[in-house]
Amino acid sequence: SAGMQADAITLQKNLRARLVWYEHQHGKTMSTPAIAQMLGNTLYYKRFFPYYTFNILAGLDNEGRGCVYSYDAIGSHERLAYGTSGSGSVLVQPTLDSQIARKNQVKGKEMPGVNTVDEAVDIIKDVLASAGERDIYTGDTVEIYIMTRDGFRTDVLRLRDD
Amino acid sequence: MDVRGPIQRTTEPTVTGTSVIGIKFNGGVVIAADTLGSYGSLAKHRSLQRLRTVGPHTLIGGSGDYSDFQYIIEQLDAELMEDVHFGDGKALQPREIHQYLGRLLYARRSKVDPLWNQLLVAGVGDKDKQVFLGQVDLYGSVYMDNTMASGFGAYIAQPLLRKAYRADLTEEEAVKVVKDCMRVLFYRDARSLNKIQIGVVTADRISISDPFELDTYWENPMFVNPSLTVKPV
Repeated sequence: SAGMQADAITLQKNLRARLVWYEHQHGKTMSTPAIAQMLGNTLYYKRFFPYYTFNILAGLDNEGRGCVYSYDAIGSHERLAYGTSGSGSVLVQPTLDSQIARKNQVKGKEMPGVNTVDEAVDIIKDVLASAGERDIYTGDTVEIYIMTRDGFRTDVLRLRDD
Repeated sequence: MDVRGPIQRTTEPTVTGTSVIGIKFNGGVVIAADTLGSYGSLAKHRSLQRLRTVGPHTLIGGSGDYSDFQYIIEQLDAELMEDVHFGDGKALQPREIHQYLGRLLYARRSKVDPLWNQLLVAGVGDKDKQVFLGQVDLYGSVYMDNTMASGFGAYIAQPLLRKAYRADLTEEEAVKVVKDCMRVLFYRDARSLNKIQIGVVTADRISISDPFELDTYWENPMFVNPSLTVKPV
């Protein structure tokens, strides 16, 4: 969640609690697409006093493939291959459009794209390092969460302390 | 509240306290604040207690509106009294008080009637002996870190505290750093006072000092003779 910290904390607390409710009521963990819908609904519920948050939801779908959902503050969302939000998004989005989607590029067909986990993590680190250089609001440390069907791990990227 | 009358909410603070600063050391945490209650630009109340103990393990320092701070202390004391009545020997931990304040301030902000404060919460946990230092503000944002400063302190004291912080900092060193930061704040914050209180909490004890005056140095030649700052043409 990018945006207002107080709202982000409250939103995530709220969702975490609802996840537990779901498990008790349905006897299974909530799937990522289900959480995606729930987040959209939760945000629209406060359509006239919004959670000032710009969210990205990511996980594995029911087929075990990676999925990313991108949101606005009032719950409009779509599933994407990659998403950005926050103050640095204007810097990162074009780079990802170029390196991952490779649409309408002059030498688009020859570009490798992103095919493995490590390539994806590397590209994330590179774009966030760039964002850290130019965006004054991007901080000094990056937390990276990596989810594959083999499991979940975290990584930390230190940026320049400025 | 009269339901027939106009809606009443806080739109601005009245009597305000300036910075509160804090730093963890090996075995505890120190926080400090001056004793000034400003009425806009008037230094109206010069002996306000802006540091309070809340229960046996936690210190709270309040910046911002002083009446809202007093209200919050009342609420917290009531919460802690419930613990006493329950009689199971457990009291609210610093981390729990911090969380509670975060939710309280967020709820008020969401009613567009904020408690106009930035609060520092410092303490040492009962069983786990974990040293805790956190901040909550009028929006309901929460932070935890090894060093903390609200108000003007965030600009001036925080960098100094961060530079000084080490995991093996002793209590004496921490108190000295904090005193030095308060002195700098007195030099530079136009709404501050050199009468301060220092609060210390460790696993075994909790105390807030009586207010005392910080010695200040005004004999720098640049102050004494400002024309020295101007180079001859």
